[in-house]
Amino acid sequence: MALLEVDNLSIAFGGVTAVQHVSFAVERGLVYSVIGPNGAGKTTLFNLITGVYTPNEGEIRLAGESIAGMAPHELALKGMARTFQNLQICMNMTALENVMVGAHLQLDRNLVKAMLRFPGIARRDRELKDTARELMAFVGLESYWNLGASSMPYGALKRLEIARALAAKPRILFLDEPAAGLNARETAEIDELVRKVADNDVTVVLVEHDMKMVMNISDRILVLDYGKKLTEGTAREVRENPDVIAAYLGSNV
Amino acid sequence: MSILRRHHVLIILAAVLLLLPLVLPNNYYYDIVIRMAINAILVLGLNLLIGFAGQISLGHAGFVGIGAYASAILPTHFGWHPLLAMAAGATIASAIAAIVARPIFRLKGHYLAMATLGLGIITAIVIKNEAAYTGGPDGMPVVALALMGFEISGEKKWYWVLAVVLLFSFWAARNLIDSPFGRALRALHGSEVASQVMGVDVVRYKVAIFVLSAFFASLMGSVTAHYIGFVTPNIADFFHSIELVTMVVIGGMASIYGSLIGAILLTALPQALSTFEGWETVVFGAILMFCMIFMPRGLVPTLAQRFGGRESEGD
Repeated sequence: MALLEVDNLSIAFGGVTAVQHVSFAVERGLVYSVIGPNGAGKTTLFNLITGVYTPNEGEIRLAGESIAGMAPHELALKGMARTFQNLQICMNMTALENVMVGAHLQLDRNLVKAMLRFPGIARRDRELKDTARELMAFVGLESYWNLGASSMPYGALKRLEIARALAAKPRILFLDEPAAGLNARETAEIDELVRKVADNDVTVVLVEHDMKMVMNISDRILVLDYGKKLTEGTAREVRENPDVIAAYLGSNV
Repeated sequence: MSILRRHHVLIILAAVLLLLPLVLPNNYYYDIVIRMAINAILVLGLNLLIGFAGQISLGHAGFVGIGAYASAILPTHFGWHPLLAMAAGATIASAIAAIVARPIFRLKGHYLAMATLGLGIITAIVIKNEAAYTGGPDGMPVVALALMGFEISGEKKWYWVLAVVLLFSFWAARNLIDSPFGRALRALHGSEVASQVMGVDVVRYKVAIFVLSAFFASLMGSVTAHYIGFVTPNIADFFHSIELVTMVVIGGMASIYGSLIGAILLTALPQALSTFEGWETVVFGAILMFCMIFMPRGLVPTLAQRFGGRESEGD
């Protein structure tokens, strides 16, 4: 059984059907990419699966359990984490605190115990600080840990989002354009980081425009065009598919 | 020692509170310090809501009024023990906050401000109109607070009670901010969608902090009523709400000790400006404008950044 199964998923906004009858399955441990021209419905598909939108039609299953229509905070409990195309960093907090929020569900959130700082809470918080620092080192941000997020450069914030998502110990991680706005060297670093994440048994679903990166790291690729599934396959299959070439370069039929 | 490092400001505050009676010349100054302390605790609770969680409330004095009038009415008309009345007031305020919070927190920005404003105004109107119990616009006397036969009366006794409550409140608030609960609150302020994706049930947290700040507002309302020995509807009115919000903003949003500084300054300022005879409101307004133009983030965060380098919440 695949870890994530998407079956006949559709959503319309007014008259525009942004995602139309899309089906695919993601096997555990893979890097699975979703590509397509601008406006193909990639981010909408992400928002449907991660609970930001509710689908009009179709089914989504995570490890066999139906999750369509669940709120984002309920999906977090099921082991889902994500990053955002346009950064969603808490600028009012430090880098380390951002990562610590990622571990929200693993902690005792009791208000009264927190106010009286029960010994268990204080100890767990110290452990969490260490874990969060390790995660920041994992994504290559060890030098930033004590800095306010608002004073970090854009490229570092992209990686901070990944560290925060990993703090949730997800089964499946959705990365929405992790290399957007980065230069070639930074993109290569993200490329390497995504591989490292997948090697740690976290299934990665990726939306990305950087074709070099996608072809490089994806085990399988789904191609969307005008909200519909164009094709799916390995990097080589997708690259050689005439429909894909037509969608990207335009065809002269 | 981690406790020294975590709470060094709190320790300084404790020392100041211990030594202050040595220099306070008379009851007039005790009275001002007590009012500062009451305001500081109120503002702290409000700052958790406005500064940390990013949710505005323009009707907070309504909750203060509920506590004050519970402590006035229940012992006088129904013979309740003042402590029980205080607890009842806090329970009622929390319950009202919890019931209205869910629909209110579907709203954002201006709409949230309007809804909380309405809540405060309704409370004030009910207090004014139920004259049979509340004494109407004239207000009513409040019995003295006695604990196990020991009556808390007079400025000096209240000073020590409030010193302890103040220190406890700031300690607890500091702990809260630095806990999973507090980080979730700040995260939903920073990015609501990101905090949801991390598993934060955003509505639940907004409701919880609203209820908590209402609970403390009511308790401080009760304390005010017992301390002064008399309540009037002014305690619940719109201007009191605005005064509290102003203290939050001037002291510094999302700054624990900003709440203290904001409360101290805005409690002392009207007294200090009384020499301007008739123009004190103008001078007061000018000072507020000056603060907002040159220190829009509030006193404590601005000064902390200028002199301390590292800006942080609560230190």
